[in-house]
Amino acid sequence: MRRRILPGFGISLGYALAYLGLIVLLPLAALAWKASGVGLHGLLHLLESPRTLAALKLSFGGAFLAALINVFIGLLVAWALVRYRFPGRRWFDALIDLPFALPTAVAGIALTALYAPNGWLGRWLVPLGIQVAYAPLGVLLAMVFVGFPFVVRTLQPVLQSLERDVEEAAESLGATRRQTFLRVILPMLVPTLLTGFALALARAVGEYGSVIFIAGNIPMRSEIAPLLIVQKLEEFDYAGAAALGVVMLAFSFILLLLIALLQRWSRRWAERAA
Amino acid sequence: MSAARKTRHAGVKQRLGHALIIVLASVFLGVFLLLPLASVFVEAFRQGVHAYLTSLHQPEALAAIRLTLLVAAIAVPLNLVFGVAAAWVMTRFEFRGKAVLGALIDLPFSVSPVISGLVYVLLFGAQGWFGPWLAAHDVKIIFAVPGLVLATVFITLPFVARELIPLMQAQGSEEEEAARVLGANGWQMFFHVTLPNIRWALLYGVLLCNARAMGEFGAVSVVSGHIRGLTTTMPLEVEMRYNEYDYVGAFAIASLLAMLALFTLAVKTFLEWRYSDEIAAHAPGGH
Repeated sequence: MRRRILPGFGISLGYALAYLGLIVLLPLAALAWKASGVGLHGLLHLLESPRTLAALKLSFGGAFLAALINVFIGLLVAWALVRYRFPGRRWFDALIDLPFALPTAVAGIALTALYAPNGWLGRWLVPLGIQVAYAPLGVLLAMVFVGFPFVVRTLQPVLQSLERDVEEAAESLGATRRQTFLRVILPMLVPTLLTGFALALARAVGEYGSVIFIAGNIPMRSEIAPLLIVQKLEEFDYAGAAALGVVMLAFSFILLLLIALLQRWSRRWAERAA
Repeated sequence: MSAARKTRHAGVKQRLGHALIIVLASVFLGVFLLLPLASVFVEAFRQGVHAYLTSLHQPEALAAIRLTLLVAAIAVPLNLVFGVAAAWVMTRFEFRGKAVLGALIDLPFSVSPVISGLVYVLLFGAQGWFGPWLAAHDVKIIFAVPGLVLATVFITLPFVARELIPLMQAQGSEEEEAARVLGANGWQMFFHVTLPNIRWALLYGVLLCNARAMGEFGAVSVVSGHIRGLTTTMPLEVEMRYNEYDYVGAFAIASLLAMLALFTLAVKTFLEWRYSDEIAAHAPGGH
């Protein structure tokens, strides 16, 4: 074996592993151990509780829908920022990351203030029968907010490097703008859109800070799964909290795995089409 | 219709389409991002500058600011050192299990903040693995500052490594190898070659790591116990004031955090504009 010319392999690998072991693996092992205390029976019992089921459904269903909405809005915004020059474009571009930079609790109370019945937007929406704050719609709104930058930021570099000549070729062959977009551009973007979707989904599933303020946290209606974990902890039901935590993690990993498979498949498909 | 008129007609239609996309995107960004940001400051100053300043001057507000700075001052350097070490080993060497290590570094991004706090309660809480031992030795981790630091370290662990890995991958190791061949020892090589090459990306990663560390809510809320003046960071103080219907007070603290966010965005944008080559074309960090 060739002698390594660069130093520090042993020490940096050792340090990284020890650090990850202490900060990430040991605590997650404690979670698995505590959850195993309730057993498979306890886990199933947990899932029989209608309140837990409703919360899981809201967390995962809401996150799925929010990620889907972000795919459409993200595509529109990324397209506008990459393809067009308009006044304020650079400011908007810098603003995209606001949901990353703004602490979630701040986002939560700000959105609530806006959409509450007496808020700037709520005072117009509530009379129309659209209740956002203290309703499931508010959960969705907060989830869209925290996941928004992911799709835009994954799409931007790809849109920038998209070969214009492919589009021009399609158009010179007589394709309309719509045909060019749907048949030529969109298929090339699908793997990237899936990446953005997965990131936004993972973020929204576990989101807590921005959601709990606007949700109103009505059991069976606008209560998210992470809040149930917090409540179980407050009741000193550690095993129940751990079990629900494991269920959430397992669901998220299965979802992310499925998206990764879908992505591999779509990439192969896009390559074949190209 | 003549051919020329038809083309002109199509041109107008296309330009209208462009305008529509720009207007839609701008309106969305304005309502969805700018409005919440503006509302933080409007709500904070609702009862005037005096009320704003008074609510920031209360002892529990000052204690929360101090605690937030303290937690970030411990957590960020820890993850800075880890990020450099992890990026070094991930980009300069080939070894078995490298993909697993990469996945482990990213893992905290896909764990709910609440679960990130929960795992430490299960380790160090009264009923946790080390709970009885800690109680016997009178060491407090949960509902105390060490717990806040641990939860924050967990949440912000990937930020620095994530910025450095793609950049160091793209830069390659020729310069470092040359330094070694010319007789530099490991630390000389690191401080004279590696560090200057990665400094802006490092600053970028630290900036994002710090923003998250100071703003983290879910994870610290689980381990904090909400003891006023002792274990409430700024985001937790926002929550407590809000739940006590002290809206001006809550938004006053929130406005400080919003200013931190704006500062982070400004420096980030400047770094991207000025040193775009020295910051890798990175995947969206975040969370």
